[in-house]
Amino acid sequence: MPWLSTLMGVSVLGALGVTLVRNDKLAKQFTLVVSLIVLALTVAMAVQFSPNGDKFQFAETYDWIPAFGVHYGVAVDGIALVLILLSVILVPIVVLASWHDAEAGKRSVRTYFSLLLVLEAMMIGVFAATDVFLFYVFFEAMLIPMYFMIGSYGGAQRSYAAVKFLLYSLFGGLLMLVAVIALYSIAGKGTFMFSDLVGTIQDVTTQKWLFLGFFIAFAIKAPLWPFHTWLPDAAAQAPAGAAVLLVGVLDKVGTYGMLRFCLELFPDAAKFFTPLVITLSVIGIVYGAIVAIGQTDMKRLIAYTSVSHFGFIAMGVFAMTTSAGSGATLYMVNHGFSTGALFLIAGFLIYRRGSHFIADYGGVQKVAPILAGTFLVAGLSSLSLPGLSTFVSEFMVLTGTYQRYVVPAVIATVGVILAAIYILWMYQRTMNGPTAESVKSLPDLNAREKWVVAPLVALLLVFGLYPKPLLDVINPAVKDTLSSVSVTDPKPAVPVAQEGQ
Amino acid sequence: MNGTIQAPSIEYALLAPILVVFGAAIVGVLVEAFAPRYLRSAIHLPLTLLSLAGAFALAVWQAVKGVPTKPAAMGAVAVDGPALFIWGTILILAFVSVLLIKDEEHFVGSAAAVPGSAEEEQSLVERAAHTEVYPLLLFAVGGMLLFPAANDLLVAFVALEVMSLPLYLLCGLARRRRLLSQEAAVKYFLLGAFSSAFFLYGTALLYGYAGSVDLAKINQALGSVGGQDTLLYIGAAMLGVGLLFKIGAAPFQAWKPDVYQGSPTPITALMASGTLVAAFGALLRVFWVGLGGLDWDWRPVLYGVAILTMVVGAILAITQTDIKRMLAYSSIAHGGFLLIGVIATGTTRAQNTSALSGLLFYLVAYGFTTVGAFAIVTMVRDAGGEAWHLSRWAGLGKRSPLLAGTFAFFLLAFAGIPLTSGFFGKYAVFQAAVANGATPLVIIGVVASAIAAFFYVRVIVLMFFSDPAADGPSVVLPSRGTAAVVGIAALATVVLGVYPQPVLDLAHTAAQSLFVR
Repeated sequence: MPWLSTLMGVSVLGALGVTLVRNDKLAKQFTLVVSLIVLALTVAMAVQFSPNGDKFQFAETYDWIPAFGVHYGVAVDGIALVLILLSVILVPIVVLASWHDAEAGKRSVRTYFSLLLVLEAMMIGVFAATDVFLFYVFFEAMLIPMYFMIGSYGGAQRSYAAVKFLLYSLFGGLLMLVAVIALYSIAGKGTFMFSDLVGTIQDVTTQKWLFLGFFIAFAIKAPLWPFHTWLPDAAAQAPAGAAVLLVGVLDKVGTYGMLRFCLELFPDAAKFFTPLVITLSVIGIVYGAIVAIGQTDMKRLIAYTSVSHFGFIAMGVFAMTTSAGSGATLYMVNHGFSTGALFLIAGFLIYRRGSHFIADYGGVQKVAPILAGTFLVAGLSSLSLPGLSTFVSEFMVLTGTYQRYVVPAVIATVGVILAAIYILWMYQRTMNGPTAESVKSLPDLNAREKWVVAPLVALLLVFGLYPKPLLDVINPAVKDTLSSVSVTDPKPAVPVAQEGQ
Repeated sequence: MNGTIQAPSIEYALLAPILVVFGAAIVGVLVEAFAPRYLRSAIHLPLTLLSLAGAFALAVWQAVKGVPTKPAAMGAVAVDGPALFIWGTILILAFVSVLLIKDEEHFVGSAAAVPGSAEEEQSLVERAAHTEVYPLLLFAVGGMLLFPAANDLLVAFVALEVMSLPLYLLCGLARRRRLLSQEAAVKYFLLGAFSSAFFLYGTALLYGYAGSVDLAKINQALGSVGGQDTLLYIGAAMLGVGLLFKIGAAPFQAWKPDVYQGSPTPITALMASGTLVAAFGALLRVFWVGLGGLDWDWRPVLYGVAILTMVVGAILAITQTDIKRMLAYSSIAHGGFLLIGVIATGTTRAQNTSALSGLLFYLVAYGFTTVGAFAIVTMVRDAGGEAWHLSRWAGLGKRSPLLAGTFAFFLLAFAGIPLTSGFFGKYAVFQAAVANGATPLVIIGVVASAIAAFFYVRVIVLMFFSDPAADGPSVVLPSRGTAAVVGIAALATVVLGVYPQPVLDLAHTAAQSLFVR
């Protein structure tokens, strides 16, 4: 069964279907059903995945444009699989969370949900693509639905944020396009299939140039310091649901691209640039955290915490040890859930009070204990409290990096401490203390919102205590990737702590 | 020499598409002369459409029958693979543009009446109409067909004039904003006349150098004639000026915004698509067939021109407030991208084929999208005609989502977003250029694309993310012709963006035989 095409097909057909439904409420229900079907199908596919089988499974390859050597090639390895799972789990949650988002702006509700499903298809496609060209097509095309979601349904500064988001990403993508074309020409294989292109570029200087073309695109997308300035604007202006997908999934395409393409296609260049990338990551970790502490706007604060987290992920990718690589991949998933939860609950809060600013809140805990409690759980996961999912990944990244790069790992650990400051301080200012006059009558989470938050909190707890199922899928894929970069883990001076404790 | 002049042998069958168009144009003139006024339009429209369709069928028939390998008409006209492909493209684009013209409100009732005068009032009362637009258009299309197929410089010059003169007239016939339209016509005529003079002077100098105006013979002379380099270089440069003017490449781009803005929009659509295609065909033929041996000299110059064109087009477009002027600058930028394709021609046959087929594909993709975009411009109207000022387009996405959505889609295609035709057009050209070692040019090309994306996106922002003005423009219910044009253009943009393979194959086959030498 062509699983991956089915997943995308169902989403696209669902998107078309939504535009045909005349009734807004029906359209929402329809979207929810479609996204749940996609989730069910993905789960059905995932259980058939054998972690120690072929590297790429559920492969489908057809000629798309033979004149350019372009294929419609999709397949998943462990890394892609968990990221697709992340995407399809988040979509129904976002649908439920955005139930009333589109109405506020008097804009077409159906269009919003239709865009959401189009985006879902593209998110699946971008992670599943095994043809570099196809990857590029999804990489660029997925900007468009997100652009309209931010621009049409976002906050006051929405059009500025949407344009900034689009132009930054587009510019990076175009640089990547040059590298893609050059890769094709220099490889001279007449194909864009990833597996055929691995190892074709031997010349190190060429590798360096091509690496830069890909890397800048991914660094803008991820975003890595100093390419991050679009993210706080875009995430703060986007409706909460779109922000979750933007930060939770779209940005992961950047770090995923580094792991998949930058490392495997250009191993020598990747090694050459590793010190630079690690430096940028560490700066990002500390800078993002410090700036986050200073934010007065909740959504911007969460966006800056993500800049910090993406520093961890990029550092893990380029540390090139199994532990760091697996940790980084796991981090991508966990960050999606924990930041997703933060954005959504902050979104509920903002929807109630109508203000982004931390200063407008205080003592919410007393009037809305469930809201405050779940916010705290999501926040604690974000600051890597042991027992919650992000801890496992952050720990793996740090120990994995430490094996090879001691100083950066030590500096990055500062980020963990700063994380405690920005999360707890935000919590303290909004949820604790005397209840502010303006939030006295704030209602607690309603049933729909509880359904939104419950699965996320459950996932944070489950993967915090028992990450093994994910790691079992991720580890072989990461090992395989690192072996094609031909690096081996350095011998530890002391026994490394067991993963997942 | 026995004193008698040999009658030249003409392969009428090969030239049939051109002859059909010119024949129909002459019949059209007769219709103007003899048919009563109320009948003219009813005769012109089917005549024009049928002749274009017939010419297209003939061109297809020739392509199927087998592409000739030798120039026709005593070496004056080369009907080869690329020429047939270009003919097909121009004929389809012209057909589509005629569907727009059908909506006669775009044209002035009496062009000779001074704007605002009593005569103008009277012409409006009488519901006068310039039905001459149809034969004029056919003459222009005939010239467009001949121009890229001309295998000697004199025929090329004649074709250039036949193409341009009717367009000068058509530019001045806009019904609204008549002064602007007349200014456009005069500007276009004066500058066009200058550029034609350059072209003719260049021809003369090259004749002085090579002793022939035949492109192949000029190329042969490049290897054998010595000591006449001044004639050669000045001649080649002047030819280049004439050709680059028609493309609207910088620094000869100044006419484009004024003319595109002032002309009746259907004519703008025809110029932006058909003329561009024809001019690129001619540019390629002259430089590649006629001056191929000189490419060490012209390639660096074109390199500079391409960069300048892309940058000027992309940057100046940002400051425009008139939708048609913006599209004109966008057309200039696209001319620059297309020039990358010209530079991508190289030394090997495979390289030439890939560059040429990329260029041909780009022309088709761009042509359709452009006609579609201008068709939409005709539909958004204020009290005084088309709503030209960009600010008037604010909030259109709320008022008529389908129209605004389609326009946004065309703009994304111009910007080269994947899954639109514009992306594959750009990709094909860039890929050929990278394979030929012009990577720096491609990098400048993508930077220019990113800049260009800004002003396309700005229009989308206006349409979708801004609130509509209270007295905003109304969207007229399109006539069947206009609706068909938008539909065809949107369909072409989607299909070429999702499944470009058939057209790429066609372009590849056409390009494979290359230009006959």
